[in-house]
Amino acid sequence: MKLDGKRVLVIGERDGVSAPAIEACVKSAGASILYAETLCFV
Amino acid sequence: MTRFPVVSAVANVLAHAPGLVPYGSKPLRDLAADPGLASALAARLRSYDAAVGYPPNQAFIGNRDPETLRALPRPWFGAPDPGASSDGAFGDLIDETELLGLLKLCDRARLVQLDASTLTAAGAGLVRRGLATPEEMAALAPATAAAIDQPIARGEAIALRVDGAVRGAIARGHEADEALTANVLLENLAAKATGVLALRRLVRQVAHRLAPDDIEFVIAGSEEAVGDRYQRGGGNLAKAIAESAGLGRATGFDVKSFCASTLYGVVNAAALVQAGLFSRIAVVAGGSLAKLGMKYRAHVAKQMPILEDVLAGVAILVERGSDADPVVRLDTLGLHTIATGSSQQAVVEALVMGPLAKAGCRLADVDRYATEMHNPEVTEPAGSGDVPAGNYRLIAALGALRGELAREAMPEFIAAHGMPGYAPTQGHIASAVCYLAHALRAMRAGKMKRALFMAKGSLFLGRMTEAADGVSVLVEA
Repeated sequence: MKLDGKRVLVIGERDGVSAPAIEACVKSAGASILYAETLCFV
Repeated sequence: MTRFPVVSAVANVLAHAPGLVPYGSKPLRDLAADPGLASALAARLRSYDAAVGYPPNQAFIGNRDPETLRALPRPWFGAPDPGASSDGAFGDLIDETELLGLLKLCDRARLVQLDASTLTAAGAGLVRRGLATPEEMAALAPATAAAIDQPIARGEAIALRVDGAVRGAIARGHEADEALTANVLLENLAAKATGVLALRRLVRQVAHRLAPDDIEFVIAGSEEAVGDRYQRGGGNLAKAIAESAGLGRATGFDVKSFCASTLYGVVNAAALVQAGLFSRIAVVAGGSLAKLGMKYRAHVAKQMPILEDVLAGVAILVERGSDADPVVRLDTLGLHTIATGSSQQAVVEALVMGPLAKAGCRLADVDRYATEMHNPEVTEPAGSGDVPAGNYRLIAALGALRGELAREAMPEFIAAHGMPGYAPTQGHIASAVCYLAHALRAMRAGKMKRALFMAKGSLFLGRMTEAADGVSVLVEA
């Protein structure tokens, strides 16, 4: 998947991968973040 | 040599509350949108006997060790635990009538009405368990049917039901204050009552050597918001709990960090005792009404019982160090600073590697890791996976990355130093502290030397930060 130039919605999970961690990866691949939120399912 | 403060007693308690499941956050919202769901939900609520016989609940109250759940076939709700009892080694699993009686006993604002038969049955149960005196139960006045039904009909109170029948009501605290609606007050009073349940059980446990007046301070770490419209999270449920548990010489305060609250409470208590301010502090946490039935949709869809039908409570006694009991290692705390960041690797490094390095220990030197101990039978049907297993895999993976553990040895490490989840999804209680009772028992028996307790808090849910939080502490015999 090529993220360069794409716009991304980020849903993270506290006990999985958090939104800030996903954001860091996605930004480094050249995408822009429209929305980011970490959820907690417990 | 003066030792660090010790954990000398722990109570783990549960209250069966199927009648309150419709007031859990998710069921409440869904039922408001579609009242037709009520019968489907009611059909999957389980009996008190089924809740008592449920092996993870027996593990929680101390009648089996969590590790023994591995040998039981899944689903655990498929077969009752032989030898199950509502009298646990660590505390009670009370029924919902007893819980309603406790709500009434803890009610200082004249909000709760209960009919005579419920109050009588509750009193009998609580007195038998040694959790209330006949005098204090007799002082509670039963309500007439009109006193229960009319405020509900006027929209000023909400019903308290047992097996679908209205047995009582809880009133709003104010006609306009959003922080004092009947639903909010029920949530707060349920946290108070289950905290009182745990603290009264703890006081009973140490009654042979301590009077209630010997406990000088109480710290509460739960997740309710006690207040009114001008101070919605004003707090200090600790003092309210201490009062209803008869600790007349104590005062206290609340500690809050989402699910890390209770473990921070233990750290705080040890620090205050270490500093010489107090000799004996009780840390207490009540249960979370909001989390009842949180994943009910998945349980109903899969024709399982609704497993999130219990409120949990815990109470921990922290005292000046003695040789007999395990210490709280204040010199090797794991802290999650702002600079740590939120990657899983950074969190595990801060909360696991940090304390181990300070203590001069390797991963395998810790007999047991207590992390987010949520029962996987609750979470897996809803697609949330096995939370403790995920946490253990991270710890093992970081160990492998750092060369302390061979990759092939990870499953063996997890089996030896981890354990199956068993706690109800009651937030701050599932977060490590539910294992203190088990660790204390094992350490006293000489079967365990060292356990690491790590709790995480989802601060980001409150929208004031994107950060999470966590704290960890070594407890050592």
